[in-house]
Amino acid sequence: MASKGIRDRVAVIGMGCTTFGEHWDRSTDDLLVDAAGDAIASAGVALEDVDAYWLGTMASGLSGLTLSRPLKLDYRPVSRMENMCATGSEAFRNACYAVASGAFDIVMAIGVEKLKDSGFSGLAIPSPPNDGTGGMGEITAPAMFSLLAPAYAKKYGVSDEALKEVMTRIAWKNHSNGARNPRAQFRKEVPKETIQNAPLIAGQLGIFDCSGVSDGAAAAILVRAEDAHRYTEHPMYVKGLSFVAGPGAGLLDPAYDYTTFPEVVAAARDAYAQAGVRDPRSELAMAEVHDCFTPTELVLMEDLGFSERGAGWEDVLSGTFDLGGELPVNPDGGLKAFGHPIGASGLRMLFECWLQLRGEAPPERTIASVASGRRLALTHNLGGGPGECVSFVSVVGSEPTA
Amino acid sequence: MGGLIAYGAYIPYHRLQRSRIAAVLGSGGGPGSRAVASYDEDTTSMGAEAARAALRMLEGAGATPRQLYFATAAPAYLDKTNAAAIHAALRLPESALAVDMAGAVRSGVGALLAAADARVPTLAVLSDVRTGLPGGGDEREGGDAAAALVFGGDGDGAPVIAEILAHHSTTGEFLDRWRLPGDPASRVWEERFGEHVYGPLAAGAYRAALAGAGITAAEIDHLAVTGVHGRATRAMAKAAGVRREALAPDLAAAIGNTGTAAAGIALCDLLDRAEPGQTLALVVLADGATVLLLRTTAALAAHRAPVPVSAQIAAGNDGLAYASYLTWRELLVREPPRRPDPEAPAAPPSHRGEEWKYGFVASRCEACGARHLPPARVCVACHAVDRMRAEPLADVPATIATFTVDRLAHTPSPPLVAAVIDFDGGGRFRCQLTDVAPEEVAIGGRVEMTFRRMVTAGGIHNYFWKARPLRQAEVPAGTAATAANGARGA
Repeated sequence: MASKGIRDRVAVIGMGCTTFGEHWDRSTDDLLVDAAGDAIASAGVALEDVDAYWLGTMASGLSGLTLSRPLKLDYRPVSRMENMCATGSEAFRNACYAVASGAFDIVMAIGVEKLKDSGFSGLAIPSPPNDGTGGMGEITAPAMFSLLAPAYAKKYGVSDEALKEVMTRIAWKNHSNGARNPRAQFRKEVPKETIQNAPLIAGQLGIFDCSGVSDGAAAAILVRAEDAHRYTEHPMYVKGLSFVAGPGAGLLDPAYDYTTFPEVVAAARDAYAQAGVRDPRSELAMAEVHDCFTPTELVLMEDLGFSERGAGWEDVLSGTFDLGGELPVNPDGGLKAFGHPIGASGLRMLFECWLQLRGEAPPERTIASVASGRRLALTHNLGGGPGECVSFVSVVGSEPTA
Repeated sequence: MGGLIAYGAYIPYHRLQRSRIAAVLGSGGGPGSRAVASYDEDTTSMGAEAARAALRMLEGAGATPRQLYFATAAPAYLDKTNAAAIHAALRLPESALAVDMAGAVRSGVGALLAAADARVPTLAVLSDVRTGLPGGGDEREGGDAAAALVFGGDGDGAPVIAEILAHHSTTGEFLDRWRLPGDPASRVWEERFGEHVYGPLAAGAYRAALAGAGITAAEIDHLAVTGVHGRATRAMAKAAGVRREALAPDLAAAIGNTGTAAAGIALCDLLDRAEPGQTLALVVLADGATVLLLRTTAALAAHRAPVPVSAQIAAGNDGLAYASYLTWRELLVREPPRRPDPEAPAAPPSHRGEEWKYGFVASRCEACGARHLPPARVCVACHAVDRMRAEPLADVPATIATFTVDRLAHTPSPPLVAAVIDFDGGGRFRCQLTDVAPEEVAIGGRVEMTFRRMVTAGGIHNYFWKARPLRQAEVPAGTAATAANGARGA
């Protein structure tokens, strides 16, 4: 890929994140007002100091008015972004580029989703008028992602029982992390037996293998890196940003074997090149990845280069990605326990990087890797499913590169 | 001289054992089973399947039907021509006429006669889903099926396998069986009255047809009698004066009385069992009587339906629960899943994509050979633009690459089984599996495509294709049939 990157040219100076969950008493407007308020307070700026806005929401409102109306913005540019489950990250990415271009001094990236007003427990995404031949309308998201599990097991000779243990371990880890996060949708540890014996939803996926459907919002305030220290002693620098949309080859080509997301591999390669990361497993302090379903997180460990091909499942079982492991993955509980309000999730991931890299995470979930000198964190989103998806990878860091 | 050039039957996979009715309702039931259209089938989709089977016999013969008559007593749509969807599924030329003969059971034999008398190659498709109120005789004795028969002349490219010797019909106006539009069940008069009226109508038609053909009853090698009146059909069979061994076995015990389709199914079965040079008689009793006499030709020996009626009967699965049957026929209203209602297909995209949606025509890149399902303009492999040609895949088998059981998806028959299938000769598609239990699905399993009604939403039937297990033995690789398939696919 030919992206040049904007390493160390943009920095985050403040962030806000609402609690995620079933917010029966809070509207989309409420969530936006709260997240935006927290972010500007965190940055120590006023709303009128913010020059432009990027709002990510998949389906909770159309146009920039979704943000400008509740915030009563005085005639500012608001771009409304959508890129499926990577929507929040997409708002952040475009906001970064606007700052890097010099067009604006201070901008806000904000994401929101209000899923629990639909009355349905899963995702309900309306399609444009169509000929009724698409599989997406009838096959649910857990079913699409469940295709990864048997394919992975078969390719690497992992028994169904061992794979179920791996999936259970991922859900268990993310629930234990979420139990240490007051903003998470699910704040209780869940015994492995409960996870393993839960009713099946699709394929080998039980109810605990699926992420939480929730409401929430998160926001970031961005400035040029050279201005960052005017606002905070500990800004978070943008090291790499990559976004790819795939050709959907996996749905057409029998060579695709459902054990990888080529889109993620491409996005990671690009982001690492921009950020100068050579060995993510030893260089990253933590990663927030798109654990929409437990087999997704397993495959991502390999696609993001944290594990060798075919070795991800053993690394999961040995605790490599636990809160106290070599490379903590989803220390905030991930989509699994923190919840997944689509448009907010990408910014929620950055919020955890913001807390951890600055040493502001609660002690009970503070990762050791930062204290031991690691300064980089990764966030990853994907939207779509195996065979056909969009993917986002960012690398952020607490220090400018020397 | 003209005659029958191809035939095909479609008996759905599911059977309801009649004893299961009594097990639930405490009465009714009886021995044997009835054929049941699956939750994703209707008279149109079954008709398309039967017609596909028939047209497979004409492959390479250049005898494309130029007319399609579709008969059913249970049309999926009123006002709109159901035969048009079958026409599209078969990829018949735009210039081919497609019309419905819908409403009465007699439409079946009517379509058959109209096709037999036509001056151009004509396809008659007879299809029915027989319903009645729970516990009633129609529920117990009915059956769902479709049959397709193609008539043409030797000059049309395909050999005649059965010549028409004669046919004769009689008509009577009397109340024996009837249904008001929209009613869930038919009504019948006292059975003995119908028997009294049908007797002379049948005898008259039979006499006249034999006279027209210049033969005697003793010369008939195979006789089948179907109709809407059980006692009258049995009486007619007894009175026909044919040799005992000429009487066709009663299919109703295994699949039920398939109503509009019954005449076609019976004729297909006669052809399956007949030898060249034999005389066949088909008698149909419905608001009168029709007698059709045919003589099979030497060509029959080499031109038979690949999957006989008896094999389809034997391949049925009689594990269907009575509650599922009631649910599928909307006689038992069940709690829907807590998911958004399915979306209806929109008219313009359905029309633009007619070849794909109805005909399962994919595309193949002329630059690099990659197949695309659905058809695309830009090649995923070599990125060539607008170098595609149409690639019909409805008759190409495929192998399951991976699959999943979706317990959350909206389907009238949970759980939904979805599979990624790879077609012989290339190309991949993700679709639903049907006529399958989750536990019998395996990676590597062989499947074939089948035309189905995916869902009905917003008053619109969404027809498209699913895959089903390939249960009939495959022709071994290297034979003429597979070579022909390969050549078509290349």
